[in-house]
Amino acid sequence: MNNLPEKEYFASGHNACRGCGPAIAMRWIAKAAGDNTVIAHATGCMEVISTLYPYTSWKTPWIHSAFENAGAVGSGVEAALKTLYSKNRPNVLMIGGDGSTFDIGFQALSGAIQRKHNFCYVCYDNEAYQNTGYQRSGATPKYARTTTTPYGKVVHGNDTWQKPMPLIIAAHGAKYIATASVSNVVDLYNKVKKGLEIPGPAYVQVQTPCVPGWGINQASTIQVAKLGVETGAYPLYEIEGGKVKMTRKLEKLVPVKKYLELQARFRNLSEDEVKEFQSRVRYWYKYIESLESKGKVFP
Amino acid sequence: MPLFGKFKYGGKNVISGSDAGAIAAKLCRPSVISAYPITPQTIIVERLAEMVNNGEMKAEMVKVESEHSAASVQMGAQATGVRTIGASCSQGLALMNEILHVISGLRLPCVMMVANRALSAPISIWNDHSDTMASRDTGWIQLHCENNQEIFDTVIQAYKIAEDKNVMLPIMPCFDGYILSHLYESVNVATQSQVDNFLPAYKAVHHYLDPKRPITIGSVAPPNCYTEFKFQQQKAMDKALKVIKKVNSEFSKEFGRSYGNGLVEEYKLKNADTVLIGMGSVCGTIKSVVDKHKGVGLLRIKSFRPFPTEDIVRALSNAKRVAVVDKAFSFGNAGPLFTEVKAVSPVKKINGFIMGLGGRSITEKDIEFVIKNAGVEKNFWVNVNE
Amino acid sequence: MKKGLKFNIGGIIDEPGNSVETKKDGWRVHKPEVDYDKCTKCGVCAMFCPDGAIFKDKNGNYKWDLDYCKGCGICAQVCPVKAIIMKEEEK
Repeated sequence: MNNLPEKEYFASGHNACRGCGPAIAMRWIAKAAGDNTVIAHATGCMEVISTLYPYTSWKTPWIHSAFENAGAVGSGVEAALKTLYSKNRPNVLMIGGDGSTFDIGFQALSGAIQRKHNFCYVCYDNEAYQNTGYQRSGATPKYARTTTTPYGKVVHGNDTWQKPMPLIIAAHGAKYIATASVSNVVDLYNKVKKGLEIPGPAYVQVQTPCVPGWGINQASTIQVAKLGVETGAYPLYEIEGGKVKMTRKLEKLVPVKKYLELQARFRNLSEDEVKEFQSRVRYWYKYIESLESKGKVFP
Repeated sequence: MPLFGKFKYGGKNVISGSDAGAIAAKLCRPSVISAYPITPQTIIVERLAEMVNNGEMKAEMVKVESEHSAASVQMGAQATGVRTIGASCSQGLALMNEILHVISGLRLPCVMMVANRALSAPISIWNDHSDTMASRDTGWIQLHCENNQEIFDTVIQAYKIAEDKNVMLPIMPCFDGYILSHLYESVNVATQSQVDNFLPAYKAVHHYLDPKRPITIGSVAPPNCYTEFKFQQQKAMDKALKVIKKVNSEFSKEFGRSYGNGLVEEYKLKNADTVLIGMGSVCGTIKSVVDKHKGVGLLRIKSFRPFPTEDIVRALSNAKRVAVVDKAFSFGNAGPLFTEVKAVSPVKKINGFIMGLGGRSITEKDIEFVIKNAGVEKNFWVNVNE
Repeated sequence: MKKGLKFNIGGIIDEPGNSVETKKDGWRVHKPEVDYDKCTKCGVCAMFCPDGAIFKDKNGNYKWDLDYCKGCGICAQVCPVKAIIMKEEEK
């Protein structure tokens, strides 16, 4: 705790919901960014709640333009900084939600990584388009109820599993990839800091529960995120130099039911559906864990 | 693959319109180049790439993965505090549309060349003005060029206009795809010191992302201020009318060339009863036909945005018949240039002619048809198989 | 809304972190109450506050800035010694 900066770079007075998971993450991401960083931010909850003219919560130079282009705007910022600074060049941090990262902004991010700009992209993953009213995204888990995947008589919630985004980014040859949870902000802070310090493209994806979107109690944001990690639903790992390392090893996975039952979006799941969820979680946790022993698995 | 080869600064060169644009851009010393080869590609960026890779030009060349990202990279770089250049057209410009609005709304003085081409479907890689007409309301200044020399000169002027503190708006220097972009003409290429004299080094005033001055760019405007920001944009457009004229005459002093008053060019209007109005390379054809007629003149619109209403009204004060040539169409209504000119025209006998869509040649015979039918109570699609 | 609203070119905001001028106390239904006898000053509450409303005073005690506290109750939930309880606002 002693090494963590006391200074807040994401100021109070923003308009995030009570108990907002992403807002907690923003505080720590902004702390990690510190004094010498420029932020390119995608459209999304955290952009909307922090920059309602004439007020801003940001103390870092910050630019937003559209939903799908944080990767490209940040690339332009980085290219310009290269021409402006010969030393002590500011870092570039890009921030986007899961919708703008997994879906609409995927192409811009993919291009930015391939071009090897020097940046860290942070995806705050609240597992749906929460800003626009809780619609399903490429990061929404199966069976989750969203406004575009209601739990109906015929179709039970969302019918797809999340894209394995960190692995997709790793396959691009990014220098550093990490997953994090808002339930461990020190770990999040360290990973973002590392992502910014390592030259070349880095990607950090942090799970941030959304109170209204997930249908959780506003006080339980951290508790839910913690269960996300402990059940293996959100495995925490880093990929550096193509090698996978679990940063939170689980001796035993807590039954996923404990995680699901706190969230109204999973309220109507049948026993079979919970079972399928459990086996999917176990499969992916074990799969990622198995990569750890394989040495360099990504370029 | 044709290579760019050598050309001479400070003298005549026979080069394409794309070359002219690229060399002019290089002389303006942009720090970041951003573009993508959507169908159809223009060779502007290829030329810039050659100059960068040969060490003749010091700039970051960002080879983006889409036209949308091309505009976004240019925006990000400009907002960081450097001069930038982009190029696009047709489908690419259409894909950029969202970001074009953002760039003007943020008041970033970006310059992006457009080699005008038709829009799909059916797909066409040839010239008309559909692409920039569809971008009419993006808040960009549009300056349309008639020949390769004017492309060269307009790119240089564009930076000075865009960066003027009273303007701070992005500019598209527009020129006809293929007809000019691929046509070789004699162009007087300026020297670096001439351009440096005319265009000072870029210094960002409002917009620069600097940790020593941490500003927020791209805020959310609630209903109590959105209108004011849009009003400011329009005021800047109004001021741009003056600035474009001023820069045109400053340019004339430095380089000895000017284009009308910068906004419009009047050609043989003095004793003309019949006035043709057009934009871009077709005006060259019109001029050669006008030369064969008495009482016929041309008003070339160079600045489509901001729209030079006062200049048009003044130029048409002696006219009896007006014919407006459009290389684009607003479906369900009429040609966009015609509609806009008609709205301000003091002459009631005014009609529109649609021609040159998707690369269809505009011949002198077609222009004769326009002159013959100028001001009748009917609009025409010229040279069309009904 | 701020008095004498300025319309900066392009909507730029040039006062970093000025959202602190907008108080959020009206959002609160529950208010945290701290039992300082139980509190171990571990700081976990401050770590997880979405609104950055919890700060350490001169004596190392954690205090709530009620201008920004929205009363979510995360602090009470994460407190390892249960030193914080949420009480309904008297209004």
